[in-house]
Amino acid sequence: MKELEELHLPEDIGYTDDHEWARLTGATVRIGVSDYAQDQLGDIVFVEMPAIGDTFAKGDEFGTLESVKAVSELYMPMSGEVVAVNSALLDSPELINQDPYSAWIIEIKPSTSSEYAQLHTAASYLDLLKG
Amino acid sequence: MRYLPHTPEEIASMLATIGTKSLEGLFATVPADCRMTDPWPLPAPKSEWELNDHLRQLAGTMRVNADAKVLVGAGSYHHHIPETVRSLAGRSEFLTAYTPYQPEMAQGTLQGIFEYQTLTARLLGLDVVNASMYDGASALAEALLMGLRIAKKKKTVAVSKAIHPHYRAVVRAYLQPTGYEVVELEVLDNGRTDLSGLAERADIADIAAVALQSPNFFGVIEDLEAAATTIHDSNALFITCFTEPLAYGLLKNPGQCGADIVCGEGQSFGIAQSFGGPGLGMFGCKQAFTRNLPGRLVGETKDLEGRRGYVLTLATREQHIRREKATSNICSNQGICAMTAGMYMASLGGTGIRQLARLNYDKTQYLKEVLIKAGARIPFSGPVFNEFVVEFPQDFRPAYERLLEKNIVAGLELGALYPHLAGRYLFCVTETIAKDTMDTIATEVRA
Amino acid sequence: MSEPLGTGGLILNEPLLWHRGKKGRIGMSIPESDVPAAPIAAELLGPAVDFPDLSEVDVVRHYTRLSQWNFGVDSGMYPLGSCTMKYNPKTNERQAATPEIASAHPMLADELCQGTLQILYELQQYLATITGLDAVSLQPAAGAHGELTGMLIFHAWHRSHGAQRHKILIPDTAHGTNPASAALCGYKAVPIPSDAQGMLDPALVASLMDEDTAGIMLTNPNTLGLFEEHIREIADIVHAKGGLVYGDGANMNAVLGVIDAKKCGIDVLHLNLHKTFSTPHGGGGPGAGPVCVTRELEPFLPVPRASKEGDRYRLEFDRPQSVGRVHAFHGNFGVLVRAYSYILTMGEAGLKKASQLAVLNANYIKEQLKGVLHLPYDRPCMHECVFSDLWQQEYKISTVDMAKRLIDCGFHPPTIYFPLIVHGAMMIEPTETECKDDIDQFIATLKTITQEAAAQPELLHQAPQRTKVRRLDEVQAARCPCLIGPSDDGDQ
Repeated sequence: MKELEELHLPEDIGYTDDHEWARLTGATVRIGVSDYAQDQLGDIVFVEMPAIGDTFAKGDEFGTLESVKAVSELYMPMSGEVVAVNSALLDSPELINQDPYSAWIIEIKPSTSSEYAQLHTAASYLDLLKG
Repeated sequence: MRYLPHTPEEIASMLATIGTKSLEGLFATVPADCRMTDPWPLPAPKSEWELNDHLRQLAGTMRVNADAKVLVGAGSYHHHIPETVRSLAGRSEFLTAYTPYQPEMAQGTLQGIFEYQTLTARLLGLDVVNASMYDGASALAEALLMGLRIAKKKKTVAVSKAIHPHYRAVVRAYLQPTGYEVVELEVLDNGRTDLSGLAERADIADIAAVALQSPNFFGVIEDLEAAATTIHDSNALFITCFTEPLAYGLLKNPGQCGADIVCGEGQSFGIAQSFGGPGLGMFGCKQAFTRNLPGRLVGETKDLEGRRGYVLTLATREQHIRREKATSNICSNQGICAMTAGMYMASLGGTGIRQLARLNYDKTQYLKEVLIKAGARIPFSGPVFNEFVVEFPQDFRPAYERLLEKNIVAGLELGALYPHLAGRYLFCVTETIAKDTMDTIATEVRA
Repeated sequence: MSEPLGTGGLILNEPLLWHRGKKGRIGMSIPESDVPAAPIAAELLGPAVDFPDLSEVDVVRHYTRLSQWNFGVDSGMYPLGSCTMKYNPKTNERQAATPEIASAHPMLADELCQGTLQILYELQQYLATITGLDAVSLQPAAGAHGELTGMLIFHAWHRSHGAQRHKILIPDTAHGTNPASAALCGYKAVPIPSDAQGMLDPALVASLMDEDTAGIMLTNPNTLGLFEEHIREIADIVHAKGGLVYGDGANMNAVLGVIDAKKCGIDVLHLNLHKTFSTPHGGGGPGAGPVCVTRELEPFLPVPRASKEGDRYRLEFDRPQSVGRVHAFHGNFGVLVRAYSYILTMGEAGLKKASQLAVLNANYIKEQLKGVLHLPYDRPCMHECVFSDLWQQEYKISTVDMAKRLIDCGFHPPTIYFPLIVHGAMMIEPTETECKDDIDQFIATLKTITQEAAAQPELLHQAPQRTKVRRLDEVQAARCPCLIGPSDDGDQ
C-alpha cells in the first residue's frame, strides 16, 4: 500500500470523509473515489452503479466498489440526480485502480451549488488522512 | 479412548509448559455460576463392536427394511447407486476436507464442484449454477427471496399448490417474519397449476416471482413454456423447482422453457435417501442474476505460472464479507453431495441419462396401465414422469396392508397433505421396481 | 526432530470431465427394460443432455486423481480456527451406511420406521443433556441454518408477547452468519465492540439494550478463543429488558461438560455437529446445526419433533406455536447418525476429556508461539488462539504468506484474517485429536517460517511451490467470472 506522501491528490476537486471526490464540470458534477480509497481496496473487480434518473441526498449510498474480499459503499458528496454513469467501468473496473480521477463513476445534476464548498480541499483531505 | 492420543506423561509435560497444574485448571476463566455440575445420563461408551450391534438392532426395528420395494417418491427417490459413486465420494481426501478456503490444497474439491456446476447447468438449461444449497425446500425459499431482491419494491410471491407441501411449509417459515406475502395458486383438473388469473387478479399485481414445480408433487409435468409466457407477461420472475432431476434427462429443461431461477432437490443423483437427508439443493439462474445468487460459486482462473485452476469466487455476495447485506446467510452447504451428484451424472453420461429417464417413464406408464385395468382411476389427466396419483374403486388400505406383508410399500396416502385427496395414493416407479412387483400390486387391487 | 513433513511427489494431471470419454460409453449399469416402451408426446421431449459419455474406469481415474490434489483431516493436521477439524471416525461412516438407515424413506408412517425415529429421539435427548437445555430440534442442516431457526424462534416468541422488535445486538467478533441470519428475520444488527481484553463489557451491553431490541447473539468462547466471562450478567441485562439470548455454539468443542448453557442464561443455542461432534465436513458440507432451547421456547421449535410414548416412537406435528418447517424432511439425518455414533462411542467421560484436551492443545501452542508471533490478547485461551502478523510486517510478510508457506511444509493453514478486529489475524485451532508430536512439529515449522520471514522473505512470497497449482489469480476470477465450462468445449 502507498505511503501518504505517495498519494496523488489533485487540487481541482473536492473530497469527502468517505474518500469520494467531486469535480465541477459546468452544470454537472462528476463523482469518483480518491487514490487513497482505490489503494486501500486493492484490485477492484466490480462497480455497482445507480440508474440514470435516481436522485440521492448528500451522504446517501449510491453504489458499491468490490475487491475480491471486500465491499466498499459509495456515498454522495452532494445531493443531486444521476444524469450519467461511467459504463466503461462495468467491463473494466480496473480503470479506477489505474487512474481514480479520470475514472469517474457517476455524473449528477446537483440540487444546490452550495454543497461543493463544504467538501475538503486536497490539503484538508490529506490532513484528515494523517489523522 | 482411541481418538484421544495424549498419554498422561504428555499431558503433564504440556501442562507444565502452560504453567497450569491440572486439566481442570485450564478452565479458570469460566465463572462458577456458568458451570455444568450435573452428571450426564448418557449410555456408557460403546466399543466399536458394541456400536455395530446397537445399530444392527435399531435397523432390525425398521419394518420397511433394505429389501423392501418402496413405491413412494414425494421428494425422496429410490434409484440404484453405482458402487463407484459410493466409493469415490467416500474418499477421505474429499470427505474430510473443509470448505476450500486454501485453493492450492483443495483443487480436487474445486474442480469437482466446477464440473458439478457445469453438468447441472447443462441438464437444467442454465447459465450459472451454484455449489449447492441445503435441500430442495430451502433452495425454493431462497429462490423466492432472490426473486424479491431482484424485483426490489414488490412484496408478494406466488407458489403453486402442486409444489411439495413440505417445500411450501419451509417457504412460509422463511418468509413469515419478512412481511412478504405468499399467495398459493390452485391446481386444475389435469393436475397442472392454474395460471389463468395471474395477469388480471388485482391482489397479485404486486407479484415478484411465481414458482412452479415440474414434475409437480402429483407427478404431473407442467407446461413450462406456456407458464413462462404468462408469468413474464405479468412482469414476474419465473422460478421452476423440482424434486426429481432425472426427469430432465427426458423432458424439456426449465432454462429452455424460459425459467429465470431454477432450484430443486438433487438426491436422486447418487445420494442415499437416508430418511430425507443429507440431500442436495440444486440452484441456478440466468446470467443476468448471477450477483443475486445465494451460496458459493467456484470459478476457473490461472495460477502464477498460467496453469488452469479453480477458486471460490464472487464471494462479496456472501455472509463472511457482506454480513447483514449478504444474499443469504448460508455458509456450510452440501459439498460432498454436490460432488456425488457430479460423479453420478458423469457415470450416466448423456446417453445413459436419457436411457435411465426413459426407463423410469416406461415403467411408470406400465404401472398406470395395469392399475387402470385393475379398476383404478387416474384423477389427474396431465402427462407424468415417474409419479402419479391413483384413485381406487374401493378402500385401498386392506390391499396396502397385504402388500406390506409382501415387503412392498404401495404408495403414499394423500389425506394428511391434501385433505380433499384423502384415500388417493401417490405412486412412484423408478428403475428399481420390477414388472413382477407392479403386477403383484395390480393383482392385490383386483382381489 | 523428525524429517520435514512437506515433500514433493508424483501427482497426475487430469482434464475436465468433458475432455475425457467417447460418445457411446457408459459408466453405470442400467437395468434392461422389462416393460413395453410407452409413447411420449413430442412436445414434452427435451434435447439430448450434453453430458460426456465415460466408462467406469474413466470416472474412477478422474475422481481418484482429483482427490489426490486435496488435503483432508485424514491427510494431516488441519488447524483451521473456528472450524474444529477433528478426526472423523470411520465407524461413524459405517453406522450411517447401515442399509436400513441409508435407504429409509422420510415419509413413511411412524410404525414403519421405528429405528430412525429412535435415533432422532435419543439424539434430541443426548444434545439436551450435553448443553443443559431442555428441548432440541434436529432439523437445521448447518450452523447458519440453526441461527436462522433461532432467529425465527426469537421472532415468534416476541410476537406471542404482543410486540415485535427490530434490532439485535451482535459483537464485532461474530461470524458473518450471525448478522446475515438476523437480517433474514428483519432484525437490524447493532454491533458491540469488544473491550481491550477481547471481552464483551456488560455496561456497554446495558447501554445498547432497549425495548426495541430482540436480544443478543453471542459466541462463547468467542472467536478470539476467549471465554466471555460476563455472560451471565449480560444475559440478565438482556432478559431484564425483555430480550432473549442466542448462543452460537460454533465453539462448543472447548466447553463440553464445562458450561451449562441454561446457567449461562442462554435461551437458544445451536450446535455444529460437523465441528464438535466429529462428522466430516465434505469439502463444504453437509453439516448439521441442531437448536437447543429452554422449556419456555420449546413450543416454538420446528415441526415435526420426535417423541416417545411407552416404547413407541412417533413424529409430533401438533404444535400450534411452532415456527414451522425449516427442512423438507428431518434435517441432514445421515449426519445426525454420525454424531449419534460419536456420542455413543465417547460417552460422558470421553466427551468431557475431548474438550479438556482441545483446550490443552491450544494453550500449549499459544505458549510456544507467543515469542515469535504477536499475540494480541495474552490471556488463557480456550480451544483456539489468535495471533497476528504485526511482527512480520517489517519484512513485508503478511499472514497470507505464512499460511501459504505452511502448505509447502505439509500443514493446512489456520484460519486467516478472521476475526475482523485483529489485523492480519491467524486463528489456530488444533483440536483434541492431534497428538503432541504433531503439534510440536507444527510449532517448530511455524517458528522456522518466522525465521524465514526475516531471512528469506521471497520463499514465503513465492509459496506454495509444492502444490498442484501455485497461487491463483482471484482478481481475474472475480472480474471475468467463468462459472461453468463452455458447452462446445468437448472432445467428443
